[in-house]
Amino acid sequence: MGDLLALKVHDQDNVATVFANDVKAGMTVSVRDKKGRIISIEVKNDLPYGHKLAIEPISKGTPVRKYGEEIGVATEEIGPGEHVHIHNMDSQRGRGDLEQV
Amino acid sequence: MEFMGYVRADGQVGARNYVAVIPSVVCATEVVEAIVSQTELTKGYFHHQGCCQLPPDLERVTDSLIGLGANPNVGAALVVSLGCEGVDNEKLVAEIAKTGKPVEIIRIQELGGTTKAIARGIEVAQKLVMAIAGQQREPVAISNFVMGIKCGASDATSGMASNCAIGYVADKIVDLGGTVVFGETTEFIGAEHILARRAVTPEVGEAILKIVEQMERRAKSLGCDMRKGQPTPGNIAGGLSSIEEKSLGAIVKSGTRPIQGVMDYADRVNGRKGLWIKDTPGREPEILTGMAIAGAQCILFSTGRGAPQGFPTVPVLKICGNPNTFAHLQYNMDINAGRILTGEKSIEEVGEEIFAKLLRVLSGETTKGESIRYSKTMDIYTMGPVI
Repeated sequence: MGDLLALKVHDQDNVATVFANDVKAGMTVSVRDKKGRIISIEVKNDLPYGHKLAIEPISKGTPVRKYGEEIGVATEEIGPGEHVHIHNMDSQRGRGDLEQV
Repeated sequence: MEFMGYVRADGQVGARNYVAVIPSVVCATEVVEAIVSQTELTKGYFHHQGCCQLPPDLERVTDSLIGLGANPNVGAALVVSLGCEGVDNEKLVAEIAKTGKPVEIIRIQELGGTTKAIARGIEVAQKLVMAIAGQQREPVAISNFVMGIKCGASDATSGMASNCAIGYVADKIVDLGGTVVFGETTEFIGAEHILARRAVTPEVGEAILKIVEQMERRAKSLGCDMRKGQPTPGNIAGGLSSIEEKSLGAIVKSGTRPIQGVMDYADRVNGRKGLWIKDTPGREPEILTGMAIAGAQCILFSTGRGAPQGFPTVPVLKICGNPNTFAHLQYNMDINAGRILTGEKSIEEVGEEIFAKLLRVLSGETTKGESIRYSKTMDIYTMGPVI
């Protein structure tokens, strides 16, 4: 079986995006950065194509970073290899719900 | 670098040669449908505006319809009026006529109803078709090209494959002296600071931040979380977790060149060169229309999950970032940018493939969407209530 590919867009990112089908918990993905460096990470959850995994610990309340930018804030402690999505991170923009008194 | 186009009286160059049949109000659309179904080389603009709107919106609809008639892919225009609508028909006809192309108007109430208007409309449309049908393509410089960009039904591949390849093409068009217009202000939210840094002047940077602030304020006005509206359920299923993530991927399609300014929704390019923003929402009908109003002769449309929409008078080229979707939706997708992610091709290689295809499409080659006539997605973006 070939490497299961995940891409890290920017050096400061703490997530990578999986571009492989049928990635299951316990499998190892190869996280590649722009310079072609590869690190192997065991995924903790099943990951659909195009979804993100943490590549380092992300503390609750701290930014999730992709493209070197903040894409939201972790709502719980997230460990390396865990799926990062709407269940454990929160958008900070367009939040009319947070402006209600 | 050249393509084969229809040189218009006002100097613009068309990639297609259609008679646009334009309902000046939603009430006239069924007459337009009948005229278009009975005639060749005619295209209808099936919008839902034009009456019982506040004056700024009526003015915007009028200006938008003018832009759609003035688009260089349109060789002649037939306006179909009901006769009592809010759109300014005199201005509509006069402004399209200023481009030098033939323009006619028929009025349904004046002609004695829809059946008589359909019969008269077919006669007038045929006359307009015959007036432009003999026009031949000529070689013209690529600097005459106005490229529209849009991404729709995005997933995580959009920002990492298809938008990268379109960004490569956008840079190339700008460098060759052409014009590139992108929009989707909603999908600047969370990435506006990057766009503002690319503005040619601090004033343009402030204008970018202002339209994003206004759009976000409108989105928050109902006091709810924007998610499900933006990002959509499909975006989220495709791996995009927030509007910030979607936006950071979306702006990649604009390439890297300086941003010259912000155009209003109904603005036409009118000789502007380089990279421009048009203030539009992200939804397909309204932004495809905004690009056509600007004067785009072709729209590059990036997708991950598979957006099929096309526009009546402007070919829409589908660039798919997701290799699974490209295989699954092969009858709707033109270019497989997913090969960037599988490692088969570089961004530059796919970008050059898009550019070569683009030159052929501008010169008359049919897109997949055109070939199956999936090309009626349009509507005009209005601001106020329907009253």
